[in-house]
Amino acid sequence: MNFQIVMLLGQDGITNGAIYALLALSILLVFTVTRILLIPQGEFVAFAALTMAAMQGGTPVRLGWLLLALSAAAMVMDIHAAWRRDGRPAVRRGSVLGVGYAAALTALTTLVPLGDAGVAVQALVTMALIVPLGLALYRVFYQPIAAAHPLVLLIVSIAVHVVLVGIGLLMFGPEGARTEPFSDGGLRLGMVMLNSQTIWVVAVSLGLILGLYLFFERSLYGKALRAAAVNRLGAELVGISPELAGKASFALAALIGSLSGILIAPITTIYYDSGFIISLKGFVGAIIGGLASYPVAALGALLIGQAESFSTFWASSYKEVIVFTLILPVLVWRSLSHHGAEDEE
Amino acid sequence: MKPGVLSKTPAARPTVSMPRLSPSGWILLALLPVLAAAPLVLPTYQVTLANNIGIFALATLGLVLLTGVAGMTSFGQAAFIGVSAYATAYLATVSAADLPAPLAWMAGSPLAGLAVGLLLTLAIATVLGAVTLRLSGHYLPLGTIAWGLSLFYLFGNLEFLGGHTGLSGIPALSLFGIAFDKAETLFYLIWAVLLLAVVATLNLLDSRVGRAIRALRGGQRMSESMGVDSFRAKMTAFLVAALYAGLAGWLYAYTQRFVSPAPFSLQAGIDFLFMALIGGVGQVWGAVIGAAGVTFAKQWLQDLLPHLLGRTGNFEAIVFGLLIVLLMQRLPGGIAGWIAKTFERRRQRPATLESMDLPDAEPLPRRPMPQKGEVVLEAKGVTRRFGGLVANRDISFSVRAGEILAVIGPNGAGKSTLFNQLSCVDRPTSGEILFRGERIDGRTARAMAGAGLSRSFQHVKLLPTMSVLENVAIGAHLRGSKGVAAAALRLDRAEEARLLAEARRQLVRVGLGQYLHAEAGSLALGQQRILEIARALCADPCLLLLDEPAAGLRFLEKQALAELLVKLRSEGMAILLVEHDMDFVMGLVDRVYVMEFGERIAEGPPETIQTDPAVLEAYLGGIE
Repeated sequence: MNFQIVMLLGQDGITNGAIYALLALSILLVFTVTRILLIPQGEFVAFAALTMAAMQGGTPVRLGWLLLALSAAAMVMDIHAAWRRDGRPAVRRGSVLGVGYAAALTALTTLVPLGDAGVAVQALVTMALIVPLGLALYRVFYQPIAAAHPLVLLIVSIAVHVVLVGIGLLMFGPEGARTEPFSDGGLRLGMVMLNSQTIWVVAVSLGLILGLYLFFERSLYGKALRAAAVNRLGAELVGISPELAGKASFALAALIGSLSGILIAPITTIYYDSGFIISLKGFVGAIIGGLASYPVAALGALLIGQAESFSTFWASSYKEVIVFTLILPVLVWRSLSHHGAEDEE
Repeated sequence: MKPGVLSKTPAARPTVSMPRLSPSGWILLALLPVLAAAPLVLPTYQVTLANNIGIFALATLGLVLLTGVAGMTSFGQAAFIGVSAYATAYLATVSAADLPAPLAWMAGSPLAGLAVGLLLTLAIATVLGAVTLRLSGHYLPLGTIAWGLSLFYLFGNLEFLGGHTGLSGIPALSLFGIAFDKAETLFYLIWAVLLLAVVATLNLLDSRVGRAIRALRGGQRMSESMGVDSFRAKMTAFLVAALYAGLAGWLYAYTQRFVSPAPFSLQAGIDFLFMALIGGVGQVWGAVIGAAGVTFAKQWLQDLLPHLLGRTGNFEAIVFGLLIVLLMQRLPGGIAGWIAKTFERRRQRPATLESMDLPDAEPLPRRPMPQKGEVVLEAKGVTRRFGGLVANRDISFSVRAGEILAVIGPNGAGKSTLFNQLSCVDRPTSGEILFRGERIDGRTARAMAGAGLSRSFQHVKLLPTMSVLENVAIGAHLRGSKGVAAAALRLDRAEEARLLAEARRQLVRVGLGQYLHAEAGSLALGQQRILEIARALCADPCLLLLDEPAAGLRFLEKQALAELLVKLRSEGMAILLVEHDMDFVMGLVDRVYVMEFGERIAEGPPETIQTDPAVLEAYLGGIE
């Protein structure tokens, strides 16, 4: 192994690690706010990548239909909830708007060919599809059981993941896809050639992390979410609706997931079920952070990226085994530093 | 105190009667002839299907125990089956020359395959359990997801296990001269193993260890303070689940006569969880219902969906996933839970049941009690700070055997903080707590349960769906010693009878004698508090710590409780209670310790306290 290879692998590791770090942050965000382990996080990634690929390849974009179906289901559930609460069915304006938005976007993506619209427009449309998808997923699958035992939430998470993977196969087919890079060429730094997509990934990730930091530190909504994460009941008592907090965290997770998908689509071939294994590395990062610390989770995810990249070189077929075995020492350390039995909620 | 004072009906009379058949017994009895006849009348194809269902049900049974009973979950069940199936397949197909000489005898031996498969499975489960089970509940599922995936890749890449193509050519199973070479003969083996596992699981749940496992759902703080090692209980459930998966893997290898990585993927692990959930995780028979239901539904959907959707793929997963979401939202008990509920409702159980079928047993040995007047609990300068807040400052007092001390004070006085330290849930920032002359601050609640310190909880902590008797028997956990194997094989009956008899004795003593078999959750709040005292007494303590025992009790119940405490005091018990109810306290206790803002403001006999100016000031003249 020479310097050139080390730099190449390191670069790969940073690219992947940055994506894993984004996913780890998003998983942590959802977990602290809602106690839900967002197993379907990876589906946001895969769906975004494959939607981009579908637009570029001129194949039908079907994601709009899923959004439409979920929005319609959300509307029906809202009407039903109003019925049970007030004794008569009522339609919320928000849910009508949601269905209208989904219908308009479905029409746009099925009728207008977006193949030549450029990466920026395609990326925007993709995010416009996936962010409300996150919202709708929360409304339909999680909101009715938001107060349930964490074990139930986890089981529903797994079930939603399974459902989405099945629908992914239906929407995108079994073939993998890769998208065009955002820009050509690269940047030469001394002896090292930096791939342009690496620069994109790192820049966007840093920008996103900065944006999240500002959101949580400076904006009222961000502070409300943090409050909900620290103490749900207390937050509710001061007027922060747990539904809003849940939906907002899911929308953020969908945003982060779709951006990650758009960023890696030019580097890796993505299949309908690739999302799970990508997000699982985010989970490993989150576990390293003890399901609590954002900076440690992000660093852990970067480490996973490097470990993966270098194990590809030495023992390619055992890559996943090595990466997932990395959580063992972390768990050993956590178990040893853990004192006494604590009750969970 | 007369037994049964808290209730209107007379106390249960201990009688011996014929053992009655439980619902599970009836199910078994009805199932046996059906199973015996099935291979004779069904076509081979159906028998093969039934064999698969049996194997799946065995693995799912482990998940029912783990998820439904112990409240944990694992996605590694398929991977455990894989470890055992691969071990079996490898030893069945390897030639003796390829094994190291001392192990050469293992080649081709099904029993060696079984032993190695089970040992490997249990070893891996032990490691996984050791690193995840002390942590919060999310680490076990995440850990098993990671390991399930790793193992799938490992199977696919190891040359000696045949890589992605797997191992084929496993000879037919032959045990003690019987050849299990046809689906029909295998059927009997598989279903015999399954039924034995079901019976063993039922036995296990109905035992001392089983109660410890079932108590996990009620919060670890309660079970730990009753002396239950919750880590050990979790590990037991996890290892038993892994053991069933290991057995299933061995049967799988000899049924399919071929192994490859695909059936042991994470997806399969998720499928097993779905089977358990659909069947109903609260019921042992849910495993069989779930495995059969999912297997049939899958076949049906695999025929139907490609017609509907116009292409092939794993689309039945969508249906199962949505079904699980719906179940979790609407019917968390699954099919078996729903059946059990409907059945119970139809039977219209009376709210109170006599203690008919509990034979008398030799009483459990008791610990030597301290002499009356001996100091049992002593606090010396106990101070507890939370950051800048001093919740307890320099608290000192003692409780003697045969004495009741009440700690009172307005809200926020620091009583709960003090109680937590005394019961070893929390430790003081400075100062010492002595129990029978030994320092106990910093020791665990579990260790203190063994030493004779027993407590109740301010917010009642019991297992609402367990019977009153079983809830109380948890208190006697440390007075028994029989383990998993003894429980599964019913070798624990003598001890179990003594434990239950002790639980009944304590229940009769506190006046709940005719509620032995009622669900604990069906009792009124006041009765639940009394149940907690019976549970604490079951541990044979010499010190009782009671956290607001009179809260929520009616007048007569309070009177009965006071009588009980007086009787315990006369027997030499040391009692410390934290209480709000002044009438209750003043007529009962020997000394009162009054706190305000974390500090002592008065101490002495009730009569002095009632006229103490500092106390009157603290309560704003508010003694009722």
